[in-house]
Amino acid sequence: MKLGNPLAAIFHPPPTPGVLAVFGHLDAAVDAIHQLKRDGHKDFTVYSPLPRHELEDALAQPVSPVRMYTLIGGISGCAIGTWITLYMSYDWPVQVGGKTIGSIPPYVVIMFEMTVLFGALTTLLGIAFNVLLATRHQGTIAYDPRFTNDKFGIFVPASRAQAAPVEALLKRCGAEEVRHG
Amino acid sequence: MAQPTTAPPERATGPLTYDYVTRAIARTLGNPGRGYYVLLGSAVTLLGIGIVCLLFLLRYGMGMAGYSMPTYWAIYITCFVFWVGIAHSGTLISAILYLFRSGWRTAVYRVAEVMTVFAVMTAGLFPLIHIGRQWFFYWLLPYPNERGLWPNFKSPLIWDEFAVGTYFTVSACFLIMGLIPDIAAVRDVATGWRRKLYAITSLGWRGTNEQWRHYRPAYLYLAALATPLVLSVHSVVSWDFAMAQVPAWHETLFAPYFVAGAIYSGCAMVITLLVPMRKLFQLEKIVTVHHFENLSKLCLLTGMIVCYAYVIENYVAWYGGPTPERDAFWYRAFGRFWWAGWTMNICNAFLPWLLWFKKVRTNITALFVISIFVNVGMWMERFVIIAVHLAGEPFEPYVRAGYNATWADWGIMAGSFGWFFMWFLLFVKNFPAVSVAEVKEELPAPRRAAARHA
Repeated sequence: MKLGNPLAAIFHPPPTPGVLAVFGHLDAAVDAIHQLKRDGHKDFTVYSPLPRHELEDALAQPVSPVRMYTLIGGISGCAIGTWITLYMSYDWPVQVGGKTIGSIPPYVVIMFEMTVLFGALTTLLGIAFNVLLATRHQGTIAYDPRFTNDKFGIFVPASRAQAAPVEALLKRCGAEEVRHG
Repeated sequence: MAQPTTAPPERATGPLTYDYVTRAIARTLGNPGRGYYVLLGSAVTLLGIGIVCLLFLLRYGMGMAGYSMPTYWAIYITCFVFWVGIAHSGTLISAILYLFRSGWRTAVYRVAEVMTVFAVMTAGLFPLIHIGRQWFFYWLLPYPNERGLWPNFKSPLIWDEFAVGTYFTVSACFLIMGLIPDIAAVRDVATGWRRKLYAITSLGWRGTNEQWRHYRPAYLYLAALATPLVLSVHSVVSWDFAMAQVPAWHETLFAPYFVAGAIYSGCAMVITLLVPMRKLFQLEKIVTVHHFENLSKLCLLTGMIVCYAYVIENYVAWYGGPTPERDAFWYRAFGRFWWAGWTMNICNAFLPWLLWFKKVRTNITALFVISIFVNVGMWMERFVIIAVHLAGEPFEPYVRAGYNATWADWGIMAGSFGWFFMWFLLFVKNFPAVSVAEVKEELPAPRRAAARHA
């Protein structure tokens, strides 16, 4: 029995057939998104060289779950900061500067720093994890290097048989170039 | 060497286009000319001097540094505070101005952020040099010693370790986050080995809607976390001094005074770095006089706060009553180190008044010169606060040995400048030193209506 390489499955999923359109104008791409949604397409991918509110509004995607990572990371960081300072103080009690053994005000500094540190690191984990999942879901899809420069792109997954109406729709909306990926 | 771009962009007039921005920034990764290599060579030479001095220090001990009772914090701690201070404006420009939606930050924030990361990296070396037995650096970690005793969390030095460690980690994360879409942009126009390098370091970025959907809020949260962090870090650094009982250190004013000073010196350093970089890499159309004017306004604001803090400090010493405090400020102005005190006053408190004039704010040469003076002045401020006030402290009048810095002190300080500039110069040539995606956000998006009109 041959076991598949799990890393290859994550980083190089099998290619998805579909139609790739290149747009030179932002409003043309927004039009195409609206029309695709009207025709019942859901899992198309939009490429853009920069984040634009017009695209976000047209796509109307749910709020990213990354914020939960940040929140949970921040709260755990604060808890860890509280725990290390208080535990370490009481584990070998030494009176310093006439203060109580577990004196909260000076420990707030540590708690705050740990909140920020853990919040930031879990945010990074959150984005890495979510983007990886999304990429895995998409599979390998067509791409054009101009999408990080000055063109917007839309990839619609479709088999050869279903491609013709999608292609016509994208061209009608003003795509500069449409090809099968 | 592989050239990343095919055709150099030349558009003299009209608004910038997305394509122009990508190509102009990708061009900074090509061959930067002789001036760049001269600067890099000087930085590496300075670093070499620093390393030789450090090796001597390691071999023959801390006696090589000019420490003498009661001055046991001197040039190394001065450099530590100076470099941590330099780091602060980077996060101000990249995080705080991001939350305020200041559009002008897009062209300069990458330089500021890179400066932040490398400056904290430089600063982090100095406590290690200062502890003397560098091979015991791990004693700084919060773990118990062989008798089970834990570190003292009521000490500001421990706070400082946590603050600077967190600051370095978070600012490095923030820099890398911002870099990913931009590395992808240069990947797609690069050729040869650079293309491979950028293909790996862009982590598969393609600008899909799913990527932007998670990226945007994550960037916002990092900015929101970095904003209170930047204010806390230099406050904590200032408490290293303010928590102690030395006259002229034990002041409640220290935290805001240090934070303002840090941002002031950092903005000056951004100007110092941007002026030659813009010339060497021909970024005049992207980094314009407008950006320099805004940076100098930030300098002016924080410079005025620093000036106010100097006045208040002296006033409170006079008005507050305790004679050691008065003596300390008298010593600062007219003691053995009068030259340091007055350099700091002139460079930091008087010189920024020139920035009230628009003529000065829009003259890049003048700004460059002023920024150098501010850098010198801010270094001197830390020297005055740390070394001079320790040398002049009144508790052990019988040990007025003063303080004489040695060649080991100066050599290691010079080495730190070499270390910082070397990393900075290597970065700007190998990674996009201006944000590609964010500069585009400030340009009008291409639309059909506009195209028809044209």
